[in-house]
Amino acid sequence: MVTATEAKKITVEIQRQDTPDSEPYWEAFEVNYRPNMNVISALMEIRQNPVNKDGKATKPVTWDMNCLEEVCGACSMVINGRPMQSCSALVDKLEQPIKLAPMRTFPVVRDLQVDRTRMFDSLKRVKAWVPIDGSYDLGEGPRMPERKRQWAYELSKCMTCGVCLEACPNVNDKSNFMGPAPLSQVRLFNAHPTGAMNKDERLNAIMGEGGIANCGNSQNCVVACPKGIPLTTSIAALNRDTTVQMFRNFFGSDYMVDN
Amino acid sequence: MAKNNEFLWRRLHSLLGIIPVGLFLTQHLIVNHFATKGVDAFNEAAHFMESLPFRYALEIFVIFLPLMFHAFYGIYIAFTAKNNTQRFSTFRNWMFVAQRITGIFLVIFIAWHVYETRWQVAIGADKADFNMMADILGNPWMFGFYVAGVLAATFHLANGIWSFLVSWGITQSAASQRVATYVTLGIFVALSVVGIRALLAFVV
Ligand code: HEM
Ligand code: SF4
Ligand code: FES
Repeated sequence: MVTATEAKKITVEIQRQDTPDSEPYWEAFEVNYRPNMNVISALMEIRQNPVNKDGKATKPVTWDMNCLEEVCGACSMVINGRPMQSCSALVDKLEQPIKLAPMRTFPVVRDLQVDRTRMFDSLKRVKAWVPIDGSYDLGEGPRMPERKRQWAYELSKCMTCGVCLEACPNVNDKSNFMGPAPLSQVRLFNAHPTGAMNKDERLNAIMGEGGIANCGNSQNCVVACPKGIPLTTSIAALNRDTTVQMFRNFFGSDYMVDN
Repeated sequence: MAKNNEFLWRRLHSLLGIIPVGLFLTQHLIVNHFATKGVDAFNEAAHFMESLPFRYALEIFVIFLPLMFHAFYGIYIAFTAKNNTQRFSTFRNWMFVAQRITGIFLVIFIAWHVYETRWQVAIGADKADFNMMADILGNPWMFGFYVAGVLAATFHLANGIWSFLVSWGITQSAASQRVATYVTLGIFVALSVVGIRALLAFVV
């Protein structure tokens, strides 16, 4: 006997790509509907039984995932035209058929899996950390006001998921813009009382190639960010900081590390 | 080039959009507005502008070179964007695209406008006065072209002021950026009224 829920099927159309250099193509799949499904559970169904809508056996679909609770950022893809996390994208809330495509701002590894190395390289370039390593114990750093910590916590939620880069019209193969996420991390680490000891280094890094000046204020990033990070406020605030840094670099004295 | 000067070039592009190009545009539209006060008033104002001391130096350093830099770097910036209003149809994303489209249209419009007026005067083929403009604008196609040119310029300047305020870190909070949207919308409307009234004065 077939109940109503068992009979219900959803269609998932996937833009696939076999190798980093091969041509992408679309393939449709039918998946048995279960209540409260997310896109990843639909993908897992397909992986269990890699047969496409036409009944033909095909290669299992590849994608990235890790935390399954929207904190790691690995599972981002373009779902019905919008970049987002597939683990928190609920099937019930999506228009049918569900269309999945990789975030093409990044090099595609295979199918829905992309290589976000450029984001991690940017984080290295802008020194998105607090340097405390040394040969002896430096002791406690300056205290951070509690309300500032709470505010900074919001910026620290960035999971390098790449959605804001995918959303930005100025991040593409014609430009070398690093995108909003690493910029906002500069604001986070410059706000940290110990991190601020190196703030001129971070500001000078984002005044370099592919840096903050490439922002054209389309403000898509702040709309797209799943973590609600105030990216455009971060960018505007850093615009002011880099303006000051620019004058300082030219007119300032020989000492300007932490003043 | 060991050092990357992109930051400085972009800030210069942003600054030149306001000073002097934006100021010149405002001044230009206001002087043209004398056309609403009659033929003599316009000719007098045009003559005053023509007889400013150091006229050629002013034209080259305050108008021509800054505009050329802003325009050519602007074309480069416009073509490095991959517009995506289909995915993100928010107001700001549309403004982003509109800033680029009006910029590219302005290159065409300004090139034609300068050729038809300033260049013709320079080679002695015409005289910069009310009649010259009345002749040009008497053609309904040209009139439409000039209306589009004025609106593109006023929009581009007004929206440019909005993004200038962000680019230099003056408006940071979402609230201040929202207020700036309304203020610059007001600037767009005001400058457009001044510009279009002047155009109408040549034809009615
Ligand atoms: C009537 C003459 C013009 C005026 C008054 C003007 C003014 C401005 C202003 C004030 C800005 C804002 C700068 C910022 O975002 O910080 C701007 C931006 C821009 N202008 Fe112009 N502009 C003019 C002509 C042009 C032309 C001919 C182009 C050629 C395409 C152009 C392309 C651009 C572009 C692409 C931007 C955006 C830059 C960015 O967001 O990074 N503009 N303009
Ligand atoms: S800022 Fe938001 S959208 Fe961008 S990478 Fe971080 S979490 Fe993702
Ligand atoms: S799997 Fe970690 S964010 Fe989706």
